[in-house]
Amino acid sequence: MKICVCVKQVPDSWAEKKLNAGDSTLDRASADRVVNELDEYAVEEALRIVEAGEGEVTILSMGPDEAADSVRKAISMGAHAGIHISDPALHGSDALATSLVLAKAIEGRGFDLIIFGSESTDARMSVVPAMVAARLGLPQMTFANKVEINGSNLTIHRVTDYGYDEVESSLPAVVSVVEKTNEPRYPSFKNIMAAKKAPMETLTLADIGLDASTVGLANAWSQVNDFAERAAKAKGTIITDDGHGAEKIEEFLVTQKFI
Amino acid sequence: MTEVLVLIDHTEGAVKKVSLELLAMAAGIGEPSAVFIGPGADNAIATLGAHGAKIVYVVDGQAMLDHVVIPKVDVLTKLVAEKSPAAVLIPSSADGKEIAGRLAIAVDSGVITDAVAVSADVVATQNVFGGATIVHSKVSKGTPIITVRTNSIAPVQSGGTATRVDVAAEISASASATKVVNRVSVAKSGRPDLSEAAIVVSGGRGVGSDEGFTKIIEPLADALGAAVGASRAATDAGWYPHQFQVGQTGKTVSPQLYLASGISGAIQHRAGMQTSKTVVVVNKDGDAPIFDLADFGVIGDLHVVVPDLTALVTARK
Repeated sequence: MKICVCVKQVPDSWAEKKLNAGDSTLDRASADRVVNELDEYAVEEALRIVEAGEGEVTILSMGPDEAADSVRKAISMGAHAGIHISDPALHGSDALATSLVLAKAIEGRGFDLIIFGSESTDARMSVVPAMVAARLGLPQMTFANKVEINGSNLTIHRVTDYGYDEVESSLPAVVSVVEKTNEPRYPSFKNIMAAKKAPMETLTLADIGLDASTVGLANAWSQVNDFAERAAKAKGTIITDDGHGAEKIEEFLVTQKFI
Repeated sequence: MTEVLVLIDHTEGAVKKVSLELLAMAAGIGEPSAVFIGPGADNAIATLGAHGAKIVYVVDGQAMLDHVVIPKVDVLTKLVAEKSPAAVLIPSSADGKEIAGRLAIAVDSGVITDAVAVSADVVATQNVFGGATIVHSKVSKGTPIITVRTNSIAPVQSGGTATRVDVAAEISASASATKVVNRVSVAKSGRPDLSEAAIVVSGGRGVGSDEGFTKIIEPLADALGAAVGASRAATDAGWYPHQFQVGQTGKTVSPQLYLASGISGAIQHRAGMQTSKTVVVVNKDGDAPIFDLADFGVIGDLHVVVPDLTALVTARK
């Protein structure tokens, strides 16, 4: 079983995030850079699958040079190899371009499964796994909180608002897993050391056969006109409970016509 | 006037509120046309017409729902090619975003997710980074495909009627690559859906236990007809199920009223609720950052204040 796990380097989800004033792209320097939290569930799921049978897990990421750290970090959970797509022309790429780049990098490598976290904590679009499935022409098995492999067949529980759908497909397939699908492990000392020596391919756009005119900010399918920080909220009424706190809230809810 | 396609979210023809909101939004851009896929169209057409749809494109039948998102993408792809709409509006659900993403590839168009407003010239407003930043953006290639959050606009009763137009559709090979073999409903609480609720009563670390949720938070929610939410601290502690988590890595809510009890307001949590219209806070710690978002706040013990409030609200009925 050859599994590819796609990870994204994002600003720490516990930090305030900002956009760059110049070109409205993500200000990657404004917060610590970490592996997207939800991608850790994807790495864990992949490791559990190969540990239950056999196989290899490859971490794939598209991002600036610093994203190599996140690929190593993800490998240190126990994966075997990494692929990092880095090219100055990729700056400002939207989801359409990102899915194109990932699909190109995945194509022809014989992966049986491609696993994603269900969304990134910065952009939060949740569209890239579906888009990569579309571009590769593979079954889209997304928003899974349970993944089961039986020979060349795959069954997932796809989370819905009423519960879940049990969905079947054949392999290869593209999967995304939701938060709490599993309990991601902490990297062991042994795996941290192994990750330093793990094979890592660093590829440019040309290496994966894409032209710079298909990606990047200038070629994005949508553009940001302008952005602004939300104005700080006017200070509300704050009181200390003196035994009448509940009545005061009740009065407020009445004046606001909630009750 | 140019058509604006609105993908209707429904359960066997019972139209979800978000779909009526999207029809109201579409009317600000062009002429709303509803796209109804799945069984139960007969139950929905009058409602859709009364809320502004001039045409309802119908692909009836359960088969459309038996494969993950692609049958809907295929129908929209066909309609975009035939009708050249000014925009396609889709609810910002998990399914909706995936449909939008795949449709964007299929018709070589830009996609914007989680819009809270769309102007007449199809500029979308998004609250990103949990509402800390407001972004205006525009699709620059192809047909704008925009997913819109629930509670972004009020539905409008136009009192009109819609014309039904049946659309032929087949299950494509790529659609049949996935098969839904079983649908499992998890027992519902009878409370409104968290992401659609007008009022959310939410509890955090200060609630202290699972019993705190059942005995303090849930009764207030029920008195107010509200949904229950929880902070990550509370769901990580196992006091309340994870699907009710509000925050950066949980649900994003934007209700009329958000009542936060025992929640400190770390960015993790604020990112999921700070676009709520009105925020009421109960917290022991007067320095908790959640008070910065409060329209009304009480520094006090939620174990006292919240049950008292529940009694007062119940007594008013």
